[in-house]
Amino acid sequence: MTTKKTSTSKVAAKSAGENLRFYGVWLIAAIALIVLPLVFPSGGSLTSFSLIGIAIVFALSYNILLGQTGLLSFGHAVHYGLGGFAACHMMNAVVAHDWPIPLPFIPLFGGVGGLVFALVIGWVMTKRAGTVFAMISLGIGELVASSSLILRSVFGGEAGITTDRTALPHMFGWTFGPQLQVYYLIAFWLVISAIAMYALTRTPLGRISNAVRDNPERVQFIGYDPHVVRYIAYCFAGFFAGIAGGLAAINFEIANSAYLGAIQSGLVLFATFIGGTAYFFGPILGAILVTYLQLGLTNVTSVWQLYFGIIFIGIVMFSPGGIAGLLMMHRPLIRAGTLWTVIPSYLVAIVPTVALACGIILTIETIARYSGGASNPINLFAIAFNPVSPVTWVTAAVLVVGGFIVARLTWRRVAAAWDRAATVARDRGYLA
Amino acid sequence: MLELIVISTLNGVLFGMLLFLLSSGLTVIFSMMGVLNFAHASFYMLGAFFGFQLTKWIGFWPALVLAPLLVGAIGMAVERYGLRNTHKHGHVAELLLTFGLAFAIEEIVSMIWGKSPLDYRVPALLDFPAFTVFSTNYPAYKIFMLAVSVAIFVALLIVLKRTRVGLIVQAALTHPHMVAHLGHNVGRVFMLVFGVGSALAGLAGVIAGPALVTQSDMAASLGPILFVVIVFGGLGSLPGAFIASLVIGLVQTFAVALNGSLASAFGPLDPSAGPSVLSDVWNVTVAQVAPIVPYVLLVLILIVRPMGLMGTRES
Repeated sequence: MTTKKTSTSKVAAKSAGENLRFYGVWLIAAIALIVLPLVFPSGGSLTSFSLIGIAIVFALSYNILLGQTGLLSFGHAVHYGLGGFAACHMMNAVVAHDWPIPLPFIPLFGGVGGLVFALVIGWVMTKRAGTVFAMISLGIGELVASSSLILRSVFGGEAGITTDRTALPHMFGWTFGPQLQVYYLIAFWLVISAIAMYALTRTPLGRISNAVRDNPERVQFIGYDPHVVRYIAYCFAGFFAGIAGGLAAINFEIANSAYLGAIQSGLVLFATFIGGTAYFFGPILGAILVTYLQLGLTNVTSVWQLYFGIIFIGIVMFSPGGIAGLLMMHRPLIRAGTLWTVIPSYLVAIVPTVALACGIILTIETIARYSGGASNPINLFAIAFNPVSPVTWVTAAVLVVGGFIVARLTWRRVAAAWDRAATVARDRGYLA
Repeated sequence: MLELIVISTLNGVLFGMLLFLLSSGLTVIFSMMGVLNFAHASFYMLGAFFGFQLTKWIGFWPALVLAPLLVGAIGMAVERYGLRNTHKHGHVAELLLTFGLAFAIEEIVSMIWGKSPLDYRVPALLDFPAFTVFSTNYPAYKIFMLAVSVAIFVALLIVLKRTRVGLIVQAALTHPHMVAHLGHNVGRVFMLVFGVGSALAGLAGVIAGPALVTQSDMAASLGPILFVVIVFGGLGSLPGAFIASLVIGLVQTFAVALNGSLASAFGPLDPSAGPSVLSDVWNVTVAQVAPIVPYVLLVLILIVRPMGLMGTRES
C-alpha cells in the first residue's frame, strides 16, 4: 500500500507521467531480477538471491495482514509451512502418479495449502482484531507446530518430508537441477505474486481493508462487516504465504516442522516491520535486509539473533514506519529542495552514532566470547580485541558512554535542522 | 488409579498456581496499560537465572529476595524508557516492543549462561520429603512453592481490593486523568505496577527454577501457555486468570500422566491400512497430545465464548 493518492483533479499529462514512472519501476525491478544472476553468478549469491526472493513473497503476504488490515499475527509461518508441506506432497504425488504437472506450477499448490488452512481457521481467528488476534494467532501457531510432530504420516516427524524437484515433468527442457533455474523459477513467482498483491491493494477489498484497520466501527456503519473483510484478507495472506512456502520447499527439496515454528513467524514479523508496513516496498526492503543479515551475520558472530532483536527494538522505538518510512520522510524535502540543509547535520551525527554502535557491538561480542578467553579474539574492523583483557572492557565502555553523550547532542542538531527544512518545505507546499 | 489421581491433582494445582503467579502479574499489567507484555515470561526466566547466580554467590534465601527486586527494577526501566515513549504509536507498537525485548532477553541469557540447563538446586534446608503419598515421596520444596504462590496471591488480592494503594491503582486503570488531577503521579503508578508485575514474574522464576529446568528456552516454552491462560480466563480478569491457571495446570498434568490412546481403548486399526493420518490419530497417546491440549482449549473457548471464561468485554 502506498499513501500516494490518485486525485482526479490532477492534470492528465502529469498522471500519464506518473503512470509511466510506475510501470517503469516494475519493469526495472523485473529486468534487475533477470540480470542479477548474470552479474553475480557464484553459487553463494544465487542461493542468497533465492532465499531473498522467498522471503520477499512471505513478507509481502504478511503485510496484507499487518500493514493493510492491521492484524498483528504471531503465527503466520503456519501458512508458509503448510504451503511447503502441500507442495512437497504434491511433488511426490506427481512423481508417483506420473501426472503431467511441471515444477513451475507447484507453488500454486503450496498456495492452496496455505489458503485451505486459512479458510478453515480464519473465521474463528478474525472475530476480533488487535491484541486478542495476536494472542490467538500465537496459540494457533503453537498448536499447528506441536501437532506437526504428532501427525507423523503427514509431516514426517522430526525429519520432515523430502522430495526431488528434478523428477517432475520438465518444461522447456529445464530440469530445475541447477540453482540458477530454481532462482528464475522463484523470481518468476516473486514477480507474479508481487504484482498480484500490489493489485490487491488497489481493489475495493484492499481499500476496505485499510478502512477496517483504521476504523472498524465506521466500516460497519457503511454496511461492511469488518469480520468478513478481515477473514478475506486473512485468506489472501494465507494463500501468498503458502506460495512462499511452496517456493521454499522447491528450493530446499524438504519441508519440516521448522517451517511452521515460532522462529519463522518471528522472522517474517521482523522483516516486515523493520522494512516498514506503510508502503508496499517496505516489506521488500525488510526481507532483503533481514535475509542478508541472517546469511551474512551467521558467519561472523554467534549471537546474530541478538542484533536482530536490537535493530527491531530500535525501529519500534524510534522509527515505527520502518526503513521505508524513514526514506519516504525525505521525499517532500527533496521536492522542496531543502534536503541539502539537513545533510551536514547528518554527516556530523554519523560519527558519534557509529562510535556508539561499535561500542555496543564490542560489548556484546566481549560478553559472548568471554568464556572462550583469549583464544577467541574479536575482530572489529580488522582490530583484534582480547575479550578477557581490561583494555577491551574500557574501550567498549568509553565508546558506549562517550558515543551516547556526544551522539545525543548531534541528534538534537539533526532534529533542529530537520524542523527548519520541514518548515521551508511546508511553506513551499510540499508537506502537509 | 487413585494414586495417579491424587499425585496428578497435587502436581496440577502446583503448576496451576505457578501459572497464576505469572498470569496475575501479566493480567494486572494488561488491565492497567492495555498492552500484553510479551516479555513477561522472559522476566520469569531472568528471575530463574538471577536466582541461580545469586544463590551461587550469596545463598538461596537472599537470592529469593534480591532476584525479584532486580527483575522488578529492569521491568521499571523498560516501562520508563521503552513503553512510555512507544505509547504514542499505539498498542501494537507496545506489543511489538515487548516482543523484540523477549527475543533480545532470550539471546542475552543464552549468551551469558549458555544454552544448556543449569545446575540450579533446591536449597538444602528444603531438600527433604515432606510426606509420602502412595509410596511416592513428596518433596518439601514443592510445598514451599505452593505456599509462596498462595501467599502472593492472597497478598495481591488484599493490596488491590482493600488498601488505599489498590484504590489508586484501580482508579488509574479507568480514570487516569481524574487520578492525576487528584495529585497522584499516574506515570509513576504505571511504572510501579509494571515493576511489581515483573518482580512477581521474577519471583516465580526464582522459586520454579530448581523444580523445573532452568534453561535459556524456558521463556519460549512457557510464554505461549501464559497467553492461553490469559485469553482462556478472559483478558484483564484476575479471577478468570486464576480459574484458567488451575484448569490448564490440571488438564496438562493429567494428560501427561495418562498413557492411553484410542488404540489402547478400542484395539488397534487394521495394520494392512498402512501409515495414515487416521492411524496417527488412533495410536497417539494422551501424554503425547499433552503439549497441544491448552491450545485446543483455546480454540474451543473462542468458538463457544469469545470473551473467555470471566471476560466482560469484546476485545
